[in-house]
Amino acid sequence: MQQSRQESAVSIAVSPPRTRRALVTADRLISIALIAPSVVLIAVFVYGFIGRTFYISLVRWNDLAPDYTFVGLANYIRLLDSERFQIDLRNTVVFTTTFITLCLAVGLLLAVLLDSGIKGEALFRTIYMFPLAVSFIVTGVVWRWLESPSSGLNLLFDAVGLPFLKNGWFTDPNIGILGVVLAAFWQTSGYVMALYLAGLRGIPDELREAARVDGATEWQLFRRIILPLLNPITLTAVIILGHISLKIFDLTIAMTGPGPGFATDVPALFMYETTFFGSRFSQGASIAMVLLLLVSGLIVPYLIYNARHELQR
Amino acid sequence: MSARVAGPGQARPLRLGRIAVYTVLVLFALFYLMPIYVLLVTGLKSFDQVSLDRMWNLPQSFSLDSFRDAWFGNEQTAIRGLANNFSNTLLLTVPATLISAMLGSLNGYVLAKWKFRGADVLFPIILFGMFIPYQAILIPLVQTTQALGLYGSIPGLVFVHVVYGIPITTLIFRNYYAGVPSELVEAARIDGAGILGVYRHVLLPLSLPGFVVVAIWQFTSIWNEFLFAIVLTSNPAVQPIMVALNNLAGSYSVQWNVQMAGALMAALPTLLVYILLGRYFLRGLLAGSLKG
Repeated sequence: MQQSRQESAVSIAVSPPRTRRALVTADRLISIALIAPSVVLIAVFVYGFIGRTFYISLVRWNDLAPDYTFVGLANYIRLLDSERFQIDLRNTVVFTTTFITLCLAVGLLLAVLLDSGIKGEALFRTIYMFPLAVSFIVTGVVWRWLESPSSGLNLLFDAVGLPFLKNGWFTDPNIGILGVVLAAFWQTSGYVMALYLAGLRGIPDELREAARVDGATEWQLFRRIILPLLNPITLTAVIILGHISLKIFDLTIAMTGPGPGFATDVPALFMYETTFFGSRFSQGASIAMVLLLLVSGLIVPYLIYNARHELQR
Repeated sequence: MSARVAGPGQARPLRLGRIAVYTVLVLFALFYLMPIYVLLVTGLKSFDQVSLDRMWNLPQSFSLDSFRDAWFGNEQTAIRGLANNFSNTLLLTVPATLISAMLGSLNGYVLAKWKFRGADVLFPIILFGMFIPYQAILIPLVQTTQALGLYGSIPGLVFVHVVYGIPITTLIFRNYYAGVPSELVEAARIDGAGILGVYRHVLLPLSLPGFVVVAIWQFTSIWNEFLFAIVLTSNPAVQPIMVALNNLAGSYSVQWNVQMAGALMAALPTLLVYILLGRYFLRGLLAGSLKG
């Protein structure tokens, strides 16, 4: 649409039709040439490589020497049977749900409080968001010590008289994964707060005033008007947090690795160890494909939704 | 949530509500700052002052030994210093950031102002590349970089970061250029400017904020990146800082205070960028959620 407008503007201005066409064609060619390298790189390094990984997942390359004998879905069947992968999937579900819930709840709470006209808003905002600038490796290194069973947070709980909160954190075979969630929450919750804060700032004051004039209490205003308006932001946050948590890798490596009884193991880590420590490339490729499938299930509908939404504007 | 907006006669509940609000805000601020406190006080302790049950205590005397060991290494305790890896990361991050910002700017320009048929389909197809788990391309990537002679080298990592940075840099610039009025472009074309002329004389002069946002985003993510770094470099002399830090911290034998000092130094450049250019950092962050 935009383009036809450009062309008609040109056709009015430049009178001889032959030069006009030549000009448009040259520019059009240059525009393709400008974007072509990136398109080729993405085609090869994203889609071509995904295709190649899928192919590797269907062959018998489970040793150092490449072996491209086709074995069908054997690697996938073995994977789904493996106990470690079942634990990984359970961990991923626990991680994703608790991580998203925590980040949404605290992000919204902090955004609402920061938006309530308090003093020092900029300072609080800066403090809540700085972990976003820090690497997951740094976060992992620090939180490994903070969650050390004989130090860190457990000492703090003793000091403030809440010893019942003491636990083994990521060393606990049952709930270890929640120890990693806490560190990931520390790192990422500021992002959700920033999203919600931007959303709250976008709600016109007239709307709130109108509701108050109509006799709505602050709670009703929040529950019936503000919260529904924030729904698109919640959707965005869930997608972004979801894909971060499905792919979580650096943080786990820096904090714990697979943990006792794979308590903190995740598919991304399983893939890495299988492929690059175990040299079982086809098996690793099958884990990567399952991981890609999980992430795509979340991201592809979102990308399509976004593209449609944009076309309508 | 008791912070109701009070009428003139209701000053007291308001004040109580305010106190509750500030209490919650301060408690969360302490939560976010807590790891920084631990990093600092532990990094400033000498080894004989470090013990697990005194983690929260302030150092009794001020010592920079941990920072010295983490940076230069220490042969007696077999610690590899991070200085070399720090400069590796710098040599990797700066060129990769500049090249991908340039590429993103050109792509964004074409996708925002020279839309061709299918551009609206192509764009999400490019964007998908920034969400994939890189595990799904890792094995072919290792094979390909080995075949190209790029494996295990800084230029190889630069190349990889430029390639996988295309989606996000294109996204940010496309949304940025979409905000530039098309009338400006049309006016320049009526004056006879071609596609490159319009870019140089109209878009590029307006691009500084876009470049800052993209540069900060790429600098931060490449500096902090770990997966490509650990898979594509095996030689410690070439490894970026996050890999070296993970190795340093990975062994329980290495002194804890040195690990903390190393972590702080590894985090410092991106923290500085955040503190100095926070506004642009936030913009990049929000752009990453697709809504520019």
